[in-house]
Amino acid sequence: MTTGNEKKPERRVYLDYVATTPVLPEVLEAMLPYFSDVYGNPQSFHSWGDEPGEAIEKAREQVASLLGGSPDEIVFTSTGSEANNLAVKGLAQGQIGKGKHIIVSAIEHFSVLNAVRTLEKAGFDLTLVPVDKYGLVDPDELARNIRKDTILVSVMHANGEVGTIQTIAEISKRVKEAGVLFHTDAVASTGNVPVNVNELGVDALSLAANQFYGPKGAAALWVRKRTRLIPLMDGGVQEGGRRPGTENVPAIVGLGKAAELAIRDMPARMRKFSQLRDRLINGLLAAVDHTILTGHPTQRLPHHASFCVEFIEGEAMLLLLNSQGIAASSGSACTSRALKASHVLIAMGLPHEIAQGSLLFSLGLDNNERDIDYVVEKMPPIVDRLRQMSPLYAKFIKEKRG
Amino acid sequence: MPMYSEKVMDHFMNPRNVGEIKDADGIGEVGNPVCGDMMTFYIKVKDNRLEDVKFQTFGCGAAVAVSSITSEMAKGKTLEEAVKITPSLVAQELEGLPKNKYHCSNLGAQALRKAIRDYAQKKGIKIEGLEEKGEEHEEGEED
Repeated sequence: MTTGNEKKPERRVYLDYVATTPVLPEVLEAMLPYFSDVYGNPQSFHSWGDEPGEAIEKAREQVASLLGGSPDEIVFTSTGSEANNLAVKGLAQGQIGKGKHIIVSAIEHFSVLNAVRTLEKAGFDLTLVPVDKYGLVDPDELARNIRKDTILVSVMHANGEVGTIQTIAEISKRVKEAGVLFHTDAVASTGNVPVNVNELGVDALSLAANQFYGPKGAAALWVRKRTRLIPLMDGGVQEGGRRPGTENVPAIVGLGKAAELAIRDMPARMRKFSQLRDRLINGLLAAVDHTILTGHPTQRLPHHASFCVEFIEGEAMLLLLNSQGIAASSGSACTSRALKASHVLIAMGLPHEIAQGSLLFSLGLDNNERDIDYVVEKMPPIVDRLRQMSPLYAKFIKEKRG
Repeated sequence: MPMYSEKVMDHFMNPRNVGEIKDADGIGEVGNPVCGDMMTFYIKVKDNRLEDVKFQTFGCGAAVAVSSITSEMAKGKTLEEAVKITPSLVAQELEGLPKNKYHCSNLGAQALRKAIRDYAQKKGIKIEGLEEKGEEHEEGEED
């Protein structure tokens, strides 16, 4: 992008790990042979296919271990969005004849929301359950929406925009009692916090490698054994016919390695991230007045700090932060292609002008305390500068003075 | 990240004419937080010329740059000249805007016109070119 006439920033601080994490050197190293030396097609009937075939089966075990599931329940996909589409459309279409009613939360990722909207156009019935001000679904309220013809419930495990972690086990208990299939989009949480399919009590779960130091283009859907799943694409026998197409061997190997490292390092990562996150949340709330923490104060992703800064707009903040070498993200209307404020923040009951001030930081392995202090130091002048030109702030100050 | 021109970034990083004119002769407010941007333009008129133009803006980089350049384009012009500032002239002066940010250039030109109209109504005068463009549609054009 054009950087205008700004000076070179003092530091470069990446705080947008929910957009994507980098690939760890160990992960890259594991992947590299499968681009060139070990190039065979796992489906071939000759020895060139053996090693890549074994590599993806090893990755399947690594991913299953991360989830507490079994390897044959893993379907590799290209992205978290594909896994979500496969889950929602594949499970719903597998239940045709039993009913046509689907329940999802109002704050799902667009890959779930738009998938169920597509199904709605095709004749399915849809109920969106609301969330409270922290972004939490009330399990009892969800249960009250279950009907005789309900065939699928999908509620995300953690929300990437506000960090809130749902009480999935509580929801699944009620959904299971009604004998309905339950999918959770665990793309934002898997690899970052403990995720166990049996403890969560789900039938299907989506995850993506680039949320936990694996490569882009590698993701998976875990589907409990003997659950009927209609594939999105028709083709060959790969992934048990549930996801045809030549396997992306290097990416799958990378996903497996990233899963193995996540199991090994999760406690240490969570400790580090939650300390940095709390430093950022406390520091920022103290340094910038009229700023609110979005999402749940404690029941949230350890690497996630999200805010709404009042009287100003998110994209303008991102540009000024970028000029200081800081990468963050926002759910403001101006940062969305559709020019609509974040459906997550609106569903949580925030008014549009507050949602416009959305700002989110997500932490990663390269961050340290100095990075956090740098952000806390750079934020007040940025906010002040934008407030000085804001008609909303001018109005607020006038009203305050009487 | 939006691909902003160097000129947009310059006007965003160093906006001209930010602020409020306490004893403004005309004030124009447009936009709402739902569409994302809000702008208020203040004008001071002397001998039929815009002696001073200031603005306050709540919005993205493009909205701030549009406000800044519109104020710069308007300053010193006669009222008749100033009402000829159109959204496309604003976008052109900024060396282009990303497609999904064009509506921001509408806001700048509209806020300026609205301030001039406010002045004309207070003074009971007619300004050539001011009422020509279906003003009643103005709010609807903001997106």
